[in-house]
Amino acid sequence: MKATVLVRPKTGILDPQGQAVENSLRQLGFPVGEARVGRVIDLDVEATSADEARTEIERMCESLLANPLIESYEIEVAG
Amino acid sequence: MSEVAPRIAVLVFPGSNDDRDAAWALSALGADPAFVWHGDAELPTVDAVVLPGGFSYGDYLRCGAIARFSPAMQAVTAFADDGGLVLGICNGFQILCEAGLLPGALRPNASLEFVCRDVAVVVERADTPFTSRCRPGQELVIPVKHGEGCYHAPDDLAPEQIALVYAPGANPNGSERDIAGVVSAEGNVLGLMPHPEHAVDPLLGSGDGALVLASLVDAARERLYVRD
Repeated sequence: MKATVLVRPKTGILDPQGQAVENSLRQLGFPVGEARVGRVIDLDVEATSADEARTEIERMCESLLANPLIESYEIEVAG
Repeated sequence: MSEVAPRIAVLVFPGSNDDRDAAWALSALGADPAFVWHGDAELPTVDAVVLPGGFSYGDYLRCGAIARFSPAMQAVTAFADDGGLVLGICNGFQILCEAGLLPGALRPNASLEFVCRDVAVVVERADTPFTSRCRPGQELVIPVKHGEGCYHAPDDLAPEQIALVYAPGANPNGSERDIAGVVSAEGNVLGLMPHPEHAVDPLLGSGDGALVLASLVDAARERLYVRD
């Protein structure tokens, strides 16, 4: 089963990479507000249902894929 | 009088690059360093552990995120839980935070630039096994060299756990509260971004790092006599 995990720096956590992207976009003339840079992890997991896959990926996020102190995560399981 | 040299493990991960400097410095300061490979599930009999600087596992995912799951780190966690002395330098500090042995996390430098230079740090806590040779408030000049040293403190970080801070105006990475080094609540684990092992001989710019490592050697030696 295919799934995608989006990992983001939590609100309030300094994101210098996002700030650099934001500044570059403005220099190019794009009137953007805040930019934040995270990470995408595509996974292929063995599971019999989307719920099972989601539960398993939550465990992966809590232990390795994200650092819960500084990062939030979102899981998308392809149906 | 010759004193017995305490044994201090220096962990070696794929991508560690300060392990030999750490071992050289510990040896010069009277310890008997022993390299421990990341795949080893057990530590030899040692009186302290040093996690050296470098780029363990290529810094993939997050600095220290993968190293924390290595077999040797399971042994280090058990060693620390038993009150063993553990010092993490730079990447070692990042690993200790990821492993939950120290609070907080290290994020990319606010400047997004890799910084490599001498910095002045102030000793906030001179009563730890890692700083006993320092005076409270003493300023040490020790080099930093890192891209991800911006310390994020958890809300409940106790002020007593802030062992070292960058001197006013010297914060090289945007760390919150100018934090350069953090000690565990129990006092037996310390992590710091500056590299004391690169500052043990004035010939190389500063000998101040020797105060940190010699403090650890002192503390390890005290443990040696109660070990058996």
